Amino acid sequence: MQKFILSRKNHITLVSAILIAIGFVSKLGFKNEAIAVWALVTASVLGVAPIAIQAYQALKVKVVSIDVLVTIAVAGAFFIKNFEESAIVTFLFLFGAFLEQRTLNKTRSAIKELTEMAPESALKQMENGEFEEVDVDEVDVGDILLVKTGAKIPVDGTVLSGEGSINEASITGESLPVSKEKGSNVYAGTILDNGTIQIVADRVGEDTTFGKIIELVEEAQDSKSKAERFIDRFSKYYTPAVLVLGIIVWLFSRNLELAITILVLGCPGALVIGVPVSNVAGIGNGARHGVLLKGSEVIGDFSRLDTMVFDKTGTLTVGNPSVAEKEYYGDNIDEALGYLASVERESDHPLAKAVLEEIGETSFSPVKNTEVVKGGGITANVNGHRIAVGNAALMKREGIQLSEKAKTDMYRFEKNGNSLVMTSVDGELKILMGVRDRIRPGVKEDLLRLKRLGVKNLVMLSGDNQGTVDVVSRELGLTEAHGNMLPEDKSAYIKKLIDERGQIVAFVGDGVNDSPSIALADIGIAMGSGTDVAIETSDVVLMNSDFSRLPVALGLAKAIVRNMKQNIFIAIGVVLFLLASVFFSEWMNMSIGMLVHESSILVVILNGMRLLRYKLR
Amino acid sequence: MKKATIYLETLICPSCVQKIENAVKLLNGVDKDSVKVLFNSSKAKFDFDDEKLSVEDAEKAITALGYEVIKSQVK
Repeated sequence: MQKFILSRKNHITLVSAILIAIGFVSKLGFKNEAIAVWALVTASVLGVAPIAIQAYQALKVKVVSIDVLVTIAVAGAFFIKNFEESAIVTFLFLFGAFLEQRTLNKTRSAIKELTEMAPESALKQMENGEFEEVDVDEVDVGDILLVKTGAKIPVDGTVLSGEGSINEASITGESLPVSKEKGSNVYAGTILDNGTIQIVADRVGEDTTFGKIIELVEEAQDSKSKAERFIDRFSKYYTPAVLVLGIIVWLFSRNLELAITILVLGCPGALVIGVPVSNVAGIGNGARHGVLLKGSEVIGDFSRLDTMVFDKTGTLTVGNPSVAEKEYYGDNIDEALGYLASVERESDHPLAKAVLEEIGETSFSPVKNTEVVKGGGITANVNGHRIAVGNAALMKREGIQLSEKAKTDMYRFEKNGNSLVMTSVDGELKILMGVRDRIRPGVKEDLLRLKRLGVKNLVMLSGDNQGTVDVVSRELGLTEAHGNMLPEDKSAYIKKLIDERGQIVAFVGDGVNDSPSIALADIGIAMGSGTDVAIETSDVVLMNSDFSRLPVALGLAKAIVRNMKQNIFIAIGVVLFLLASVFFSEWMNMSIGMLVHESSILVVILNGMRLLRYKLR
Repeated sequence: MKKATIYLETLICPSCVQKIENAVKLLNGVDKDSVKVLFNSSKAKFDFDDEKLSVEDAEKAITALGYEVIKSQVK
């Protein structure tokens, strides 16, 4: 019976709406009091049934819930024969709950979409060699699986055979397909756009990157900040307090109408629901765009950030050096480039790799009498020419005369933060190349956005020499930049910022060798392309190593906090307004109170929903 | 001690959370401190002694309050 009534709540709401309409039409239109009373009484009884059942269940487990307040209020209204009030209040309460369910589902939709992307089945190779469809839970590490076009990759694994392109948006937020072949890693929850591949399962279920992301997001959406825990504790006593207040008012004023009005007006609701709603919508929005925010405590700290500390290599810069500038002197440059490439081909120096990449296709010649000059470069004999490749010190040792132009070029290259690679052929300087680690494209604009979002200090820490660090710092307009730093120096520096200068500090790193700094900072941000370490140690994860997500993440955190504050403000404002009007105005009654109350809940949910559409401008 | 996760119908009022939390806490064999009802993900998580209680008992207690149980997981 109870179950039947509760499961028909929506029908009851509809019927009670019709009855109320009949009641008012017959009363105002046909002046037929008898039918009106009959309709309104039926509507009240019908409407209060599910609420009363819930109230009874709540009391059984020692909770004074809103249902209890409403049930008592309706009973009171019945007692004083105010059937209009009792009918309308029950209807509004039920209808409000219906709308809340609808809208709340919307705010949770982003995260739900994400969890629904989890793979459910897999084609597993059985002992007879055939592939059979099994539940994804039945896949173990080491199993061989077949994935066809359009299917989801069921587990994290390695491609054994076949090739195809995969949409990895569920992991990286980036929907450009990535091509995969034998030996490539594939991730659970990503979709094979075309091709057919066989994979061997490396990690299954909750251990997959996708499984971890889901777990993290699910935990984040319900994690509570200090403020929320306070509201929770508060609301535990608030509802019983309203009940007591109602009773006191009734005892003293003997005015039952006033007492039950207070019960309805005092319902919490907007306050307890406002913050979780902002949270879930905001975190959902981030997750959809490759930004994982780990819970509301993190969001709060992140939004109040003073200082952002960056690791240089791999974070602000691309991480592999390349030729940034070059100058040629004299004739026969193509020949000289061929000699240079031939010499560099034999070296495993990081600069050599950059030089070879720059030259590209060329004709190689056999290299003889190679001599490596420590701290200088290489000398060798190619096609009977004496070739020297190295820095200024080597050129000096070779006794090479430098033109005025070459000298100014060298000065300029060095000032721009380059390491020099000079090439001489038979004692004459032919090629000057400046090699440096390039700044990631777009980083400068992103840093500017961060500044506009209110980050006061942008600090760079690097293991590189101070000269290179200064150049990058100047180019990016950073506040501070420190070179020659070991990982432990970096974490010590962050500790100093937090303890001595009292700042709220975020550290942005690649998440592998920076883990101490990431753990130590108030907000650790890993630019992991979905690496486990990054996901576990940091507070904010930027999937796909995409630096441009950083300002988006900060903007989103600020928007979430703003949204929460608005919701708290609305909720408290409404309660104060209602209480004030019940004591100081004539027009306030139970029905209006319930209407305002339910509307305020809808307003905070709708306000929270705005976060689903948030974009950084 | 086992860990249970019960997936519930979409929870809409925070007081539902309190009700379910109390109902589960009142069961014999449940570790009271471990009970967590997650509002947004509509899940109840708790540790329990499987000699004193089965997860079906907990499901029953929640259904009795008028909330639908979708599925449950015990580990």
